[in-house]
Amino acid sequence: MIASTSGEMRAILATDCGSTTTKAILIERVRGEYRQTFRGEAPTTVEAPFEDVTRGVLNAIQEVEELSGRTILEGEKILTPADEGRGVDLYVSTSSAGGGLQMVVGGVVMAMTAESAQRCALGAGAIVMDVLASNDGRAGHEKIERIRHLRPDMILLSGGTDGGTVSHVVELAEYIRAADPKPRLGGGYRLPLIFAGNRDARGRVEEILGDRTALVMTENIRPVLERENLVPARTKIHDLFLEHVMAQAPGYAVLIGWTGAPIMPTPAAVGLIMEKAARQQGLSLLGVDIGGATTDVFSVVDGQFTRTVSANLGMSYSISNVLVEAGLEQIQRWVPVALDEQDLRDRIKNKMIRPTTIPQTQESLALEQAVAREALRLAFEQHRMLAVGLKGVQQERTIGDVFEQEETGKSLIDLYRIDLIIGSGGILSHAPRRVQSMMMLIDAYQPLGLTRLAVDSIFMMPHLGVLSQVNERAATEVFLKDCLVPLGSCLAAEGEGEPGEPCFAYSLRFPDGRREEGQLRFGQLLRLDLTPGAEADLEAEPSKGFDLGSGRGSAVAAKAAGGVVGLILDARGRPLRLLDDPTARAAQLRAWSAAVDLYPINSIP
Amino acid sequence: MAHTYTPGLRVASRTVVRKRRVLPIPGQVLVEKGRPVTATTVIAQTDLPGKVHTVNVVNLLGIAPEEIRRYMLKRERDPVRAGEPVAENRPFIKWLKTQVPSPITGTVESVSEVTGQVFLREPPKPLSLLAYLDGHVVEVFPEQGASVETECSLVQGIFGIGGEAVGTVAMAVEDPADVLTPERITDTHRGTILVGGSLVGRDGLTRARQVGLSALVVGGVHDPDLRSLLGRDLGVAITGDERVGFTLIMTEGFGRIAMAKRTFDLLASKAGRRASCSGATQIRAGVVRPEVIIPLGESSPFTVDGSQKDAAAVGTGLKIGDQVRIIREPFFGRIGTIVALPAEPRLLPTESRVRVLEAELGDGERISVPRANVELLET
Repeated sequence: MIASTSGEMRAILATDCGSTTTKAILIERVRGEYRQTFRGEAPTTVEAPFEDVTRGVLNAIQEVEELSGRTILEGEKILTPADEGRGVDLYVSTSSAGGGLQMVVGGVVMAMTAESAQRCALGAGAIVMDVLASNDGRAGHEKIERIRHLRPDMILLSGGTDGGTVSHVVELAEYIRAADPKPRLGGGYRLPLIFAGNRDARGRVEEILGDRTALVMTENIRPVLERENLVPARTKIHDLFLEHVMAQAPGYAVLIGWTGAPIMPTPAAVGLIMEKAARQQGLSLLGVDIGGATTDVFSVVDGQFTRTVSANLGMSYSISNVLVEAGLEQIQRWVPVALDEQDLRDRIKNKMIRPTTIPQTQESLALEQAVAREALRLAFEQHRMLAVGLKGVQQERTIGDVFEQEETGKSLIDLYRIDLIIGSGGILSHAPRRVQSMMMLIDAYQPLGLTRLAVDSIFMMPHLGVLSQVNERAATEVFLKDCLVPLGSCLAAEGEGEPGEPCFAYSLRFPDGRREEGQLRFGQLLRLDLTPGAEADLEAEPSKGFDLGSGRGSAVAAKAAGGVVGLILDARGRPLRLLDDPTARAAQLRAWSAAVDLYPINSIP
Repeated sequence: MAHTYTPGLRVASRTVVRKRRVLPIPGQVLVEKGRPVTATTVIAQTDLPGKVHTVNVVNLLGIAPEEIRRYMLKRERDPVRAGEPVAENRPFIKWLKTQVPSPITGTVESVSEVTGQVFLREPPKPLSLLAYLDGHVVEVFPEQGASVETECSLVQGIFGIGGEAVGTVAMAVEDPADVLTPERITDTHRGTILVGGSLVGRDGLTRARQVGLSALVVGGVHDPDLRSLLGRDLGVAITGDERVGFTLIMTEGFGRIAMAKRTFDLLASKAGRRASCSGATQIRAGVVRPEVIIPLGESSPFTVDGSQKDAAAVGTGLKIGDQVRIIREPFFGRIGTIVALPAEPRLLPTESRVRVLEAELGDGERISVPRANVELLET
């Protein structure tokens, strides 16, 4: 185990073993603060012919050695502790290789305990393959057939508040027993199953599933309807992930011995660093990691963390599924050039089958960024459905509430209250112009009022998440200084109007005392320079039909944070509508592109 | 990383392919090590457990779950026929009696005194595992299956649909750039693995199904035509279970793209030979590509030299003089020869800075392409 606890750590090594690439980063203390200094990567080697994850890890570390000049390896051993020019004090790792952690969850009522179980598994970094519930609309034999065909890494079974229903929970356990599901990574071990439901049902569940699964009991995730208790079950998921799932994956038994902290599922680590950063900074934030196969969305609103994963929305392996789910027209609407259906479909499918290719022309880049807008939008819609308050909760009402009927299960995502949006993943982190990343996020999420935006520079959030368990200071210092690239801020108005109608007036006072003011008409977009680290005093007054966060027609005043893009004033309205006529829409897109300098002039025919 | 190009698909005139064939659940292995097999030899078999059905007896009889056993006419492991009563109540007045019939023929699996449910299981379904290849057994996995090996020619495609198939290789076109029109697919092609050229359209795919091809191997298909064949849009590139009447293997990609000459010539040289093929594709981790495997048999015209050359061509890096296919616009499908491999990243029209190569196309035009956008053509 590579961990030094004596004094301040001088050098830390972290890896993320992804499905295709293993990425290593080196963090060093530079003039009293932690900075990410070097990075290396190598193909992941979980699959044949290597079937040993440590090969890829060692290759990635070797690249860090070559670039940094620091000797980290002695043969196949990581040198510890750190000394002048050699060794590291800590080595940590995350993993999503081999498809990550795949789970089936179950609960009695779909909108209550089953939804809590889903939130718990997602929060632990899992992909949820299916959600079973007594009222999921499927007959018993259909549930059994479905469980039989899935080969999850583990099952989380919940259901019933403590002292509540037993028979419905037992019914689900009986379905699982009848299906006799097999674990994904081979038949050599029993499928881990966590029971986190009504404690009165434990004995029965033990009788039914004890001899068929590696059964683990933990606290109820919904002990009473009014409260979720996800942490104990989430901890058990992580324990079983290490003990059962990781131990079955090729080479992980060795890798576990190298690390100074438990290996975490990659999305769980990303969620952890976002949660910690939000808490430290007192922010409500929204984060997205758009990969080749999946898109993860994270939100921390008033301290409540929610993660969702859209398993088949991504930019390479799953790019064709974005087309299927969004529809052709939704993608075409973002492309400023006319592409016929056959050409567009062929291009998207060719990207799917050759996922490592990159756009060489602006037209091709614009198409990929159009698909990304839709993938981000769809994944966000799915997130909003799960990032909700608890359903089925009895509400105490006073006479004053009579006219304010507030439903339970209300969305937690109020875009006016989101302070920061963080984007991650190749299409956002590696866009040729940072303004392209910013506009993809703005178009997909349609933030309201004043919102800061940032991107992950080189996708090091997983590394920092797992590191934060051991050395929170190092993790958060690097997160703020090296990981996040501040794009700037966006001020956007809610409402709709006629083109050319006044939308909002603004006035800005920059740090150098310079003032700028003007008015935006409906449909306009404006970009102003405001450098990273700088803040400008912003005052804005919307027209009657528009809202900037203080109500329709009410003025707002705030400090706008700068970034590498600057400040975007967005008077295109919310919801954002693009014109139906293709020629008019192309002109609209070109005008917006020109307003923010999105693509090189005349680069798109 | 050292190599940023896409490694080419395997096209080997002589190689050895070994396939691990295992049952989804333990069963009986019917072959022993060293035994010759054909593609259709059953090498292992098992019984897949039947589907489970549930009957909520307590709801139907209006009784409490803990009383259920008193009302059951059948016990665990008893056989039942569809319609046969599994439980009944015992009212004072006989004609008020209610019986609960079994919805299936099978056995009683379990009776729950907590939920009042009875689980019934259909009879097991026998599953036979075929050898897939003409070859011989090289390894046996007790209760699981065996590895079958064959010396063969191998063509890997980029994408396919449909499962495993066996047939005789037949050529439908003379040139790899030809379009496979419907009239080129004749009734004599029934049951064959038919090789087309650069493209097959919607009508050609319909004709392939009508004729009853075993498989169709072609350079490219337009996505709307594939969608029409499947009856749905393909979202994720995990295929192999489709049932469209034949197995489809695309060697180059979506759109009209001439089949690589080497692939075409190799398949043409195998016309009339029996082959095995599969359309199964998985692009994600654990990549699976569609394939055509043509066992050499005893009368192989190829020498061992060919085998060594094929092996050497796999996995080497890009070098000047190599032939590459460009796999992304604006030069998609064009073939060129590498004339320079600049070490420093270059600026693309997208404003990205990446490592490129310079290639000379067939018409003498010299172009610059990201290394990630080429596929090495093994010569």
